[in-house]
Amino acid sequence: MESFDIIFKCALVVVIFLISLVVAMYSTYAERKIAAFFQDRIGPNRAGPWGILQPLCDGAKMFLKEEIIPTNASSFLFIAGPSLAILTACLGSAVIPWGQSIVIGGHIVDLQVTDINVGILYIFGVVSLGVYGVMIGGWASNNKYSLLGAIRAASQNISYEISMGLSIIALLMLTGTLSLKEIVAQQHGWHWNVLTQPLGFLLFIVCAFAETNRTPFDLPECETELVGGYHTEYSSMKLGFYLFAEYINMFISSAVMVTLYWGGYNYPGMDWVLAHTGPTLGPLIGVAVMFAKIFLFIFFFMWVRWTIPRFRYDQLMDLGWKVLIPLAIANIVLTAVFSSYIAPLIVSLFK
Amino acid sequence: MNTFYFIAFLSIFFSILVISAKNPVHSILYLVLTFFTFTVQYILLNAQFLAVVNFIVYMGAILVLFLYTLMLINLNKDSEPVKSNIVKIAGVLGGGCLLVVLVGCLKQVGVAEPVLLKDPGLGLVQNLGKVLFNQFLLPFEVSSLLLLSAMVGAVLLATKETKSV
Repeated sequence: MESFDIIFKCALVVVIFLISLVVAMYSTYAERKIAAFFQDRIGPNRAGPWGILQPLCDGAKMFLKEEIIPTNASSFLFIAGPSLAILTACLGSAVIPWGQSIVIGGHIVDLQVTDINVGILYIFGVVSLGVYGVMIGGWASNNKYSLLGAIRAASQNISYEISMGLSIIALLMLTGTLSLKEIVAQQHGWHWNVLTQPLGFLLFIVCAFAETNRTPFDLPECETELVGGYHTEYSSMKLGFYLFAEYINMFISSAVMVTLYWGGYNYPGMDWVLAHTGPTLGPLIGVAVMFAKIFLFIFFFMWVRWTIPRFRYDQLMDLGWKVLIPLAIANIVLTAVFSSYIAPLIVSLFK
Repeated sequence: MNTFYFIAFLSIFFSILVISAKNPVHSILYLVLTFFTFTVQYILLNAQFLAVVNFIVYMGAILVLFLYTLMLINLNKDSEPVKSNIVKIAGVLGGGCLLVVLVGCLKQVGVAEPVLLKDPGLGLVQNLGKVLFNQFLLPFEVSSLLLLSAMVGAVLLATKETKSV
């Protein structure tokens, strides 16, 4: 590896972290504006033009608030909880291909931090680790509401991980690779996986809502039953970390959905644009397209939040175990039958 | 090689913390760290698939369930069973005997030649899948049946009580 590559990768890591944090920051603003729009209000409009500086003010407020650690809390784990939450939220971005290979000053480099050949499983692992932050924080608070919230988060994550994994298996049967870079490259030219795996995508997005603890699956922080859920005892920036981790998770899971199902950086007429803009600017347009798709998904997350009310806990478990898992297994069987019997039949008919 | 010894030291260190931690929740968290060091060892062996599966299954699922159960059980000093002195002495004697046997065995052992894999890419998903579904298809399917029977058994145990009521 040349020194240029190493410097470029380090820069890429920093840039991706910064982008994740800025996107998460402005997601809070977008959420409030969108909520306001849905409820026929104006929303934040005092700090700066159209309230655009609101996230900065919120951040400053979070930092300046009094930091409280409850007397009977286990103080190391109490601090470790939110730190773990934000750490696991940021880890997922490492394997996402943000764009095609790009030429910078004569060097060809990938717009991806690392292309490990178990990319999907890595993301899956990081997602399954995300529950530790919530569980440790909830337990260390030494508060019954926090503990109940943490336990809800754990059982919810474990239940929905199963159908998420099963929906990915059906996708893998079609792609034949676990590397995210290759999966995106295969989707070039309208071969978007959502067209062949619509049911798989539906299952995946429902599970993504559950894994990120977003409404209608935000039972771990259900105010009407649990005060504040797992972060009841938290204040100051530790609370901020939990809230921030949720938005980063939303950003990363949108990026994963775009990568797996919606073609990643691919867009119609891509080859023409690439031929006319050159090898440096062309891939950057792909990155912009990828981000546009991600923002659409983030908007969708918020749209659902302000439209659909929260589930009851038994409904949540029923949906996870009795609806999504059988559907995911049916999807696997259908995909197998289609790709090994029906697709060759259709191909032979058209010959 | 030095990385191996460092990670191996960490594994042993965290495993000792697992059994010496006073609080059961802390010992589960040390167990998570122990499994994480195992994941690192698998990556050093170039067994990426095994590493990720260890990560997902053990750290992401099984230990979460352990933690989940321990959080619900109220374990504190009052409810902890106090063991009598005879049991303690018997434990020390048994452990000491085991130590003597282990030391005796390890005295005979010489340092083996480092194993060189014929195919360093054996642990990658593609190769692993080919081997599992061709050469070892029958054992693989039989073990899946075993897992299924364990699952059915667990469900049966869990639902038995409610039906009789």
